Amino acid sequence: MSVLVSRDTKVVVQGITGHQGTVHARQMKAFGTAVVAGVTPGKAGTTVEETPVFDSVREAVEKTGANASCIFVPAPFAKDALLESVDAGIRLAVIVTEHIPFHDMLVMYHYARGRGARIIGPNCPGIASPTGAKVGIIPNVVFRPGRVGVISRSGTLTYEIVNGIKEHGLGQSTCIGLGGDPVVGTSFVDALPLFEKDPDTDLLVLVGEIGGTAEEDAAEYIHHHFSKPVVAYIAGRSAPEGKRMGHAGAIISRGKGTAKTKVAALEAAGAKVARFPYEIPDLVAGILPAGSRS
Amino acid sequence: MVKLAEWRGKDVFRKYGVPLPRGRVARSPQEAEALTRDGSVPLPCVVKAQVLAGGRGKGGAVKFANSPAEARSAAEAILGLEFKGERVKELLLEEKLALSKELYVSLTLDRTLRLPVLIVSARGGVEIESVEDAAIDRQPVDPFPGLTGYQKRRAAGALGLSGGAAKSLDRLLEALWKLFNGEDAELVEINPLALVGDGLVALDAKVIIEDDAAFRHPEYAEIRDDRTPLEEVAREKDIAFVQLDGNIGVIANGAGLTMATLDVLQEFGGRPGVFLDLGGTDDPKKVTEAFLLMARAQPQAVFLNIFGGVTRCDTVARGLVEAMRQVPEAERFPLVARIRGNNEAEGVEILRAAGITSIPSLKESAQAVVAAAGGRR
Repeated sequence: MSVLVSRDTKVVVQGITGHQGTVHARQMKAFGTAVVAGVTPGKAGTTVEETPVFDSVREAVEKTGANASCIFVPAPFAKDALLESVDAGIRLAVIVTEHIPFHDMLVMYHYARGRGARIIGPNCPGIASPTGAKVGIIPNVVFRPGRVGVISRSGTLTYEIVNGIKEHGLGQSTCIGLGGDPVVGTSFVDALPLFEKDPDTDLLVLVGEIGGTAEEDAAEYIHHHFSKPVVAYIAGRSAPEGKRMGHAGAIISRGKGTAKTKVAALEAAGAKVARFPYEIPDLVAGILPAGSRS
Repeated sequence: MVKLAEWRGKDVFRKYGVPLPRGRVARSPQEAEALTRDGSVPLPCVVKAQVLAGGRGKGGAVKFANSPAEARSAAEAILGLEFKGERVKELLLEEKLALSKELYVSLTLDRTLRLPVLIVSARGGVEIESVEDAAIDRQPVDPFPGLTGYQKRRAAGALGLSGGAAKSLDRLLEALWKLFNGEDAELVEINPLALVGDGLVALDAKVIIEDDAAFRHPEYAEIRDDRTPLEEVAREKDIAFVQLDGNIGVIANGAGLTMATLDVLQEFGGRPGVFLDLGGTDDPKKVTEAFLLMARAQPQAVFLNIFGGVTRCDTVARGLVEAMRQVPEAERFPLVARIRGNNEAEGVEILRAAGITSIPSLKESAQAVVAAAGGRR
C-alpha cells in the first residue's frame, strides 16, 4: 500500500519525445515504474527507448492500459494536454511543466475535479513511493522504503529533506511534491487525508514556504482531522517581508502568510516544527514509534 | 508580474468599456498647461503622479488645478519627485467629477478556493486593508458559468446601489470579468469607484498582469518592473537574481532550497547579499554565466548549494570550473561548495580535480562560508 501510486500504476508520458520527457521516462523506469506509453502528436509509431509513442492519450490508454499521466508538455499547450488526458479516462495526472498561467490552471483544476480526476502540480516534482511507483522527477537516489510520509510545496528542498531522512537510516512511505504555484491541483489539505488513511505511513513531514495560506489551512486540518504525528519545516524565516500582491491579495490572506504565522499555526496544531532542514531527521527519529524505522 | 501604471490600466479599461473620467497623460509642465488650455482635459482637474506605489494622495503626489497655470505649477511640483523610491516621469490629468459615493471593487485569485473572487465594499477611497471584514463582501466566481446575474445583484446590494446605478454596476462588473480573463490579470482593482449621478466611473485603475501568460500578451513585454541592471541581465538569461545588502553570494537551485539556505546562513551570523536561483538546467554554460554574474556583484564569499535533480551535479561542477577559469584573478572570491543528489560522485570528483572541496553537510558548509566572509556580522 502507498498513497495514489502502486505497482499497478501504468504511466503515459505526455511530451516523451522532448528532452526532459525522455530523460525522466528513463529515470521513472529505473525506479521500477511501468512507463507503458508516450504521447507526442505526430510521432505515433515511433518509440523512445523502447516505449511506444502514440498521437493521442486515448490511443495510449486503449493500447497499453495507462492509468496515470506525467505531463512535460510546454506551458502554452499544457492545458490542452491535461484536458485530453482527463477525457481519455486518466484519473491521476502529474504536471511537471512550469510557468502555466493560473487562469489556465483554474480551468484545468475544475475540469479535472468535476470528472473525478486528480492533478498533482503544476510546476512540481511529482509523487514517488519506494514500494510503489514514481510519477515525476524526484531523484531516485533519495529514496529508501520506510514509514515516513512527505508532502512539500518545494522542489529541490524536498529532495534535500527526503535525502536527509534516508541518510539518517529512516525511509519513506510516499513523498508528494505539490508544487508552489498560485493554483495547485493537490494542496496540503487535499493530501493530508490520503496519508491519514495510508496504513504504511506512521508520521508525516510537511515542508512549507512563506507566502499564501496553504500551511495555515493545513494546520487547521491537522488540528481537527489528522491523528498521526507531524514534523514541519517552513522555508523563508529570514526573508525580508515579501512584496504583497496588491491590496486585494492582502485582504484575502489577512494576518497570514508569514513564517511566523505558519509556524505558530502548525505548533498550535501539535506539529513539531524544525527551524532548519537538518533538524528534521532527528525530530522524526525522536517521535517515530519503535519498530517502524524501516 | 507586470504592474500597470494607472494610465496604462485605464487604457485597458477603455478597451473593455469601463467608464472613465476624461483625461490625458502629460510628461512636462508645458504639456500639462496646454492640455488644460485647449480643453483636452476639462477644468477643474486632478493631476496625478504615475507611480506604482499606493498612498499618492497623502504623499503629495496628487494635486488639483482650476486653471491652466495651476495645472502647470502642479505638474512642476510633482514631476521629478521621488515617491517611495520611484521617480515621477509621467502625470495623468483628469477632469474632477462631482461624486456622491466612493466605492471599492476588485477581482483577484483566492488560492485556497482555487477560484477568482469578486470583492466589493461601500467604503472605497481608503486603503482597503483598513476596512473591517464586515464591510467587505466577497464572492467566489466559478470560471465555467463566469460571473452570474445574482452575484452582480448581490454586489449592488452590498454597495447600496439600485436603479440606474445598479445597472451601471452590472455593465461594469461584466467588463471587469472579461478583462480579468482576457488580459490574464492577477488583479483588477478600482479604488475609488465613483458614483456620479446614477452612473459609475473608475477614478483609479490597478491592473497586474501575470508573467506566465506573457506568451499570449506580447503587448506587455515592453513594460518592466524596476530592476537593477544586474537583475535585468539575469532576467534575460532566465536566472532568478535578487540583490539584498549583505556580503555573501548564494547560488542555489529552486526557490525553497534557496530560502532554506538563506535561513541557515542567517542563523550562523551570515548576511546574504545577492542570491541567485539557477532553477532547473542541464546546461553548464548557464551555470558559468550565473557565476560570472555573481562575480560582477562583488560578494565577499560565495556559497554554492545545489541539490541535483533536473540540474545534475556534474553539470554544475563543469560550469563552475569553467567560470573560475574565466573570472580574473583580482575578482576571485572565496567559494564554499555543496553539491548533492543526481550524479553527485561525478560532480564532486570534477570539483576535486580543480581544487574545490564539496562539503556534504548543510550546517558545516554554511558555517564555512560565514567564516570565509569574515565571520559573524
